[in-house]
Amino acid sequence: MTTLGEVRAKPAKRISGLSRGARIVRSLTFFVPMVIMLGLVFITLFAPLIAPYDPIEQHMLERRLPPSFFEGGTTKYILGTDHLGRDILSRMIYGGRVSLSVSLLAIMITAGIGTVMGIASGYIGGRTDGFLMRLTDIAMSFPGLLIAMLLSVGVGPGFWTVVFALSILGWAGYSRMIRGEALRLRNSDFVMQARVNGVSNIGIMFKHIFPNVVNTLIIIMTLQIGMMILAESALSYLGIGIPAPTPSWGSMVSDGRNDLDRAWWISTFPGIAIGLVVLSGNFLGDWIRDKTDPRLRRL
Amino acid sequence: MSEIVLQVENLHTSFFTRGGEVKAVDGVSFFVRESETFGIVGESGCGKSVTALSIMRLLQEPGGRITGGKIIMEGTDLVPLSKKKMRAYRGRMISMILQDPMSSLNPVYTVGNQIGESIRLHQALPDNMVEPAIIESLRLLKIPTPETMLGNYPFQLSGGMRQRVVGAIAMSCRPRLLIADEPTTALDATIQAQYIALFEDIQKKTNVAIIFITHDFGVVAKMCHRVGVMYAGKIVETAPTREIFKAPQHPYTSALINSVPRLDRKDERLFSIEGQPPSLLNLPPGCRFAPRCTVARDTCRQQEPPEVNVGNEHTVSCWRVK
Amino acid sequence: MADILMEGRNLTKHYPVTRGLLQHVVGWVRAVDGVSFTIERGKTLSLVGESGAGKTTTAKAVLLLERLTSGTILFEGKDLYHYSSKELKTLYRPRIQYVQQNPWSSMNPRMRLRDIIAEPLMTNTKMNRGEIRRRVMELLANVGLDPETIDSYPHEFSGGQRQRIAVARALGLNPSLVVLDEPVSALDVSIRAQIMNLLKDLQDKYNLSYLVIAHNLATVRYMSHDVAIMYLGQIVEYGDTEEVFQKPLHPYTRALISASMLTLPEDEQEVKQIILTGEMPSPMNPPSGCRFHTRCAEAKEECSRDIPEMVSVGAKHMVKCHHHG
Repeated sequence: MTTLGEVRAKPAKRISGLSRGARIVRSLTFFVPMVIMLGLVFITLFAPLIAPYDPIEQHMLERRLPPSFFEGGTTKYILGTDHLGRDILSRMIYGGRVSLSVSLLAIMITAGIGTVMGIASGYIGGRTDGFLMRLTDIAMSFPGLLIAMLLSVGVGPGFWTVVFALSILGWAGYSRMIRGEALRLRNSDFVMQARVNGVSNIGIMFKHIFPNVVNTLIIIMTLQIGMMILAESALSYLGIGIPAPTPSWGSMVSDGRNDLDRAWWISTFPGIAIGLVVLSGNFLGDWIRDKTDPRLRRL
Repeated sequence: MSEIVLQVENLHTSFFTRGGEVKAVDGVSFFVRESETFGIVGESGCGKSVTALSIMRLLQEPGGRITGGKIIMEGTDLVPLSKKKMRAYRGRMISMILQDPMSSLNPVYTVGNQIGESIRLHQALPDNMVEPAIIESLRLLKIPTPETMLGNYPFQLSGGMRQRVVGAIAMSCRPRLLIADEPTTALDATIQAQYIALFEDIQKKTNVAIIFITHDFGVVAKMCHRVGVMYAGKIVETAPTREIFKAPQHPYTSALINSVPRLDRKDERLFSIEGQPPSLLNLPPGCRFAPRCTVARDTCRQQEPPEVNVGNEHTVSCWRVK
Repeated sequence: MADILMEGRNLTKHYPVTRGLLQHVVGWVRAVDGVSFTIERGKTLSLVGESGAGKTTTAKAVLLLERLTSGTILFEGKDLYHYSSKELKTLYRPRIQYVQQNPWSSMNPRMRLRDIIAEPLMTNTKMNRGEIRRRVMELLANVGLDPETIDSYPHEFSGGQRQRIAVARALGLNPSLVVLDEPVSALDVSIRAQIMNLLKDLQDKYNLSYLVIAHNLATVRYMSHDVAIMYLGQIVEYGDTEEVFQKPLHPYTRALISASMLTLPEDEQEVKQIILTGEMPSPMNPPSGCRFHTRCAEAKEECSRDIPEMVSVGAKHMVKCHHHG
């Protein structure tokens, strides 16, 4: 009788082929982004408890105060105030909440639609595939910004308008990639086996295709975090995103553009925040992809 | 006897992974002579392919590297050679053929181009002599209509033909040693027979020494003069082919030969070896085959057996053989 | 009278080759061209041949993964193409199973053993969770695996063990016929014997019929009762395994045996080595007359002109050659 025990090796002392320095850098590329992302989520959930001030409360006598670690700043407003005397830190915290929620919602919706379309396209093939891919082509060729502007004007700016604007075309990127995966999986041996066993097409798509597509999906989603935040920021910067006085990182950057010479911190801090989150999302996506790719030997 | 082309002495190659050091090749020694074919037989994971890659110094650093031993080719130890010097050996003195001809050939270049690349790299021929040299290589592998073949792409060829093109590339610079890693495994039986006959012919013409790695005993019997049987990173028995089949000394060798169904008689029940090869991360103490050996004794489980010479170039590592 | 489980009569499968903007048909790949065979209950029939011979296509037709261009498949006397789709689902599919060549890709890597083996049971029976779990553990034990590993993933097992899992999955519904596509060629030499012995034991225990596709003659000889040698979409020799191997009549069969025989160099003087020239022609353009004549050392004039008939030479032994014997 053969048993499982013979196959598994007992884990021995870890001896890796890389130098210590290389290994530290490599684990940092996971920890740092993870910390940043978790921090963001934390902030989002507990904003009212963390933020020192109400983000839309104006302090007219204390406008354009520099951050506390600069000359002229006070510890009262750690990151300074903007042109209407609102605390930058509090606006950053609430703004992060807005940016993140909008992005996550948009990601969920686009991932959901894109995955369904991709799997249906790749697995069913034929006319369904043709139809869905033409839809995807159309979505990809539409100018997203224009649509966003039209929506903003037509429906009126607001949280849900932005979500809608980001979602309406964003699924196209997913559907193509997922379709490729589904096509590959359709021809795999275990799918053939399922067909021999009489599993229905829907059953195969749910139980066999989807779980094997999840990996790719997660990678795309983490890489989309950065893109969505940037997109939301762009919309807000242009004034067709989250309307004032609700802060969002993009609108904060926009607010400070006239004060770049005398109060640079109004635009800079939210700008840095956007950059950090986009970078973290990308690193995280890369890390997940490397971790889950079975072909890359684990060194 | 003809001279020795390659001598491997106590080769150790390891892979450094998260789980620990995997000693893929753990003290392997053998030699090959001019115009001789040495077979390395073993199952997956025994280290035969890693041995081949070690000789070619094609291991991927930092994960895998030679940790000890010598690989002596015509007086020079290849192990300490610089990358630059080693490149002069590859393709010219030592060549290699792999199992899958489709991935050995670049799909976007013609056959003539790929053979020519090797020739141009290693031989200082004037331009007008290159094409005749390519055609000569194609003829050596008995490829029909070599002139037309020059312009063909890999996808236009069958599996057997592709494998011949791979052979032509390998032989284009008339190497002293050819390492063939399971070149016939993916081929049909009748094509395999053609291929083996072809290589016997090439060996006669060019005196090349061949290391032939395979798991197929039928191929070993037809092709190899001497054989080394590998198990879990070590060679357990080396002997001339005839002796390996007629009088195998190591229990693994005889078990392996007995577990192969025979075509010349009807087997009532095949002998099968219980269990699996050991994990290279977690080797048992003593003889590595002991856990699966039907005649193992206590000594076997405690100490690794030394290599014993039983005459006529026949060596065995087994406590039962003195 | 032999108890015949399945009969194939003149199976033919041609694939169209299209070209151009309007996809007009320029030729046909004659993958399977008039193949007939019988499989008895509790016995093994092997389809032997090299790549391009048509054995996989034949097996897929039996599994209803391919639709035949013409020909009939009778299962227990009834024509498969006359079954309604409901009858197929309840009367045929549960009775026929498939074990594939590659144990690494035939299982969904994201499913646990219990789900992989349970899948046919869940799709085709009304057993509840508890019953299914018990049955899965029973199946694992039958193939020599520890039932406690039921919650593990396939990648935790070796090739040979995975093939056992594939066999366990195939046995779940108590099939009558199992189609095995090169069941051991992807496995190590010493593991092959284990799996072949297991398959033979299971055949005896459950009176299973096997349709084995193989290219390794020695495996075929060990495992089969009957054998069909295929070349370029046709059966060139057919019969009881021992008879075909002891008295091969078709030149191709003899060449295959010669290529597969384990002979030491000094034995070669006694055993004639037959080495064929050239390669198998394309199934799109088979040679005229006897399809094998282009590579046959014994070919005569009529071989390129006349198509040989399938001639009966013994109780079951049949050969398709002008000069058999």
